[in-house]
Amino acid sequence: MSTATRSLPRTIGAHAVLLTYTVIALFPVILVVMNSFKSRAGIFGAPLTPPTPKTFDLIGYTTVFGQGDFLHYFQNSLVVTVASLFFVLLFGAMAGFALSEYRFRGNTMMGLYLALGIMIPIRLGTVAILQLMVASGLVNTLTALILVYTAQGLPLAIFILSEFMKQVSDDLKNAGRIDGLSEYTIFFRLVLPLVRPSMATVAVFTMIPIWNDLWFPLILAPSEETKTVTLGAQLFLGQFVTNWNAILAALSLAILPVLVLYVIFSRQLIRGITSGAVK
Amino acid sequence: MAAQTRPKRPIRWHIAVFLAPAVLVYTAIMILPLAGTLQLSLFRNINQSQVFVGMDNFRTLFGDPNWSAGFWNALRNNVWFFIIHMLVQNPIGVLLAALLSSPRLRFAAFYRTAIFVPTILSFVIVGFAWKLILSPLWGVSPHLLDLVGLKSLFTPWLGKEQYALTALSLVSVWQFIGIPMMLIYAALLSIPDEVIEAAECDGVTGMAQFWKIKLPLILPSIGIISILTFVGNFNAFDLIYTAQGALAGPNYSTDILGTFLYRAFFGFQLQIGDPNMGAAIATMMFLIILAGVCVYLFLIQTRLRRYQF
Repeated sequence: MSTATRSLPRTIGAHAVLLTYTVIALFPVILVVMNSFKSRAGIFGAPLTPPTPKTFDLIGYTTVFGQGDFLHYFQNSLVVTVASLFFVLLFGAMAGFALSEYRFRGNTMMGLYLALGIMIPIRLGTVAILQLMVASGLVNTLTALILVYTAQGLPLAIFILSEFMKQVSDDLKNAGRIDGLSEYTIFFRLVLPLVRPSMATVAVFTMIPIWNDLWFPLILAPSEETKTVTLGAQLFLGQFVTNWNAILAALSLAILPVLVLYVIFSRQLIRGITSGAVK
Repeated sequence: MAAQTRPKRPIRWHIAVFLAPAVLVYTAIMILPLAGTLQLSLFRNINQSQVFVGMDNFRTLFGDPNWSAGFWNALRNNVWFFIIHMLVQNPIGVLLAALLSSPRLRFAAFYRTAIFVPTILSFVIVGFAWKLILSPLWGVSPHLLDLVGLKSLFTPWLGKEQYALTALSLVSVWQFIGIPMMLIYAALLSIPDEVIEAAECDGVTGMAQFWKIKLPLILPSIGIISILTFVGNFNAFDLIYTAQGALAGPNYSTDILGTFLYRAFFGFQLQIGDPNMGAAIATMMFLIILAGVCVYLFLIQTRLRRYQF
């Protein structure tokens, strides 16, 4: 179709720019991971070369596993992220279904009310959220974090899911009604399976900010038992400012799980973005 | 639809059941605390009890030189932070997206995936990794500059008042460039082939095609990216906190509203935490973000025509 506009210099130029930016994007990540496998002398002597048998050293990793309770932090992060994700998806899909399926008085107002949170960050309510959590005795519990992240994720989830649920065919739902299915069965058995791809997109969008958040763990759950991996890494890095092996190893350990998940889900995520899930 | 086809029922309970959990959690954890924070900014803790003081906290914030200097400094830095994002992140994002969307480009999926990687990393990783890279102790950046013969340009950017904020803004740009790239990329892909073909028939190709045909069509997406950047920037905290600590050094030169709020709320070192002043600052941030969102909704979005194909 557009072979007329394609020419060799243009293609080379495009690749040059994209490749340059890819290097800029990946360089810091590769640098950190590469140097985490080196001895101290290797890190400072030749930071830009991959580890050689001479400079290979796992001292950083042994320090990290000996010092911080990373496995526990990791578990906390996992619990918080998975639980919040579950509630965001379930409640978000239910509310999205109600908004897209039924006509009732105040439908539009309700939609606008729930969409407010997309633009106004929940962080601005921190002062009162902390008071609320203190009053209900939820400070330093994972429940507090799960509640906050559920509220944080809901507005966007409802917005995106209700857009997708509008596309589910009315005939299908009405056929279900004629067969005597209850509204709940229609939602759980007919509609939910059909919007599963868009649920995956919402899941990725919801998950990344929750897993990476530092603000709420720092404020609501800074105790040793409830630290998330992000907060744990932050404190650990602060303590080991001069131990470069340990810092680089801790950074690599924080990068790798996210990176692995991303590589697995990147197709889903990118399809979600490019299919117009976010308008 | 359903209401018309079925006989009228007095109350359709299932609608309430579907809406209730989301509305309850959202209202209790998000809307009420937000309102509570706005309300707290009008009170002050006197003798262990909250007393209504009207606009006194705001008078302190803007009248007391200790507070107002800090606030204006943070706001100024935040505006600069935002300007760098608008001037660097969005044009580069548009450029990358335009290149990525060129037809039959090889390795497009690889580039897309790789350039998005920084966006998924946490601020802690990004802040610390760049702190190490820019550190004069490690010598990675002087070494790299030496390769292109610019070693004399190197200074410890994060440690100098005049450079630190710009350096951190660029780190943030590095981290978030994937978002404008992806959204613009999606917008470019959704331009139908017929439009492009018609342009080609009229002899509009290459750069002219981008400026005259594609750019006007993706303007709504650029508007959305701008408002997302605005909200994100005026709410930012994590990167500054991980790279420079809550004091946003050197000498508060990287202090933005998020870190200023954190110090006012929790106190840091010499300063005692004050929830009411924290609430006052959060209220100001709320008003700034609200103003930005209103400008977008009423001035920008209504003027951008959405093209329906």
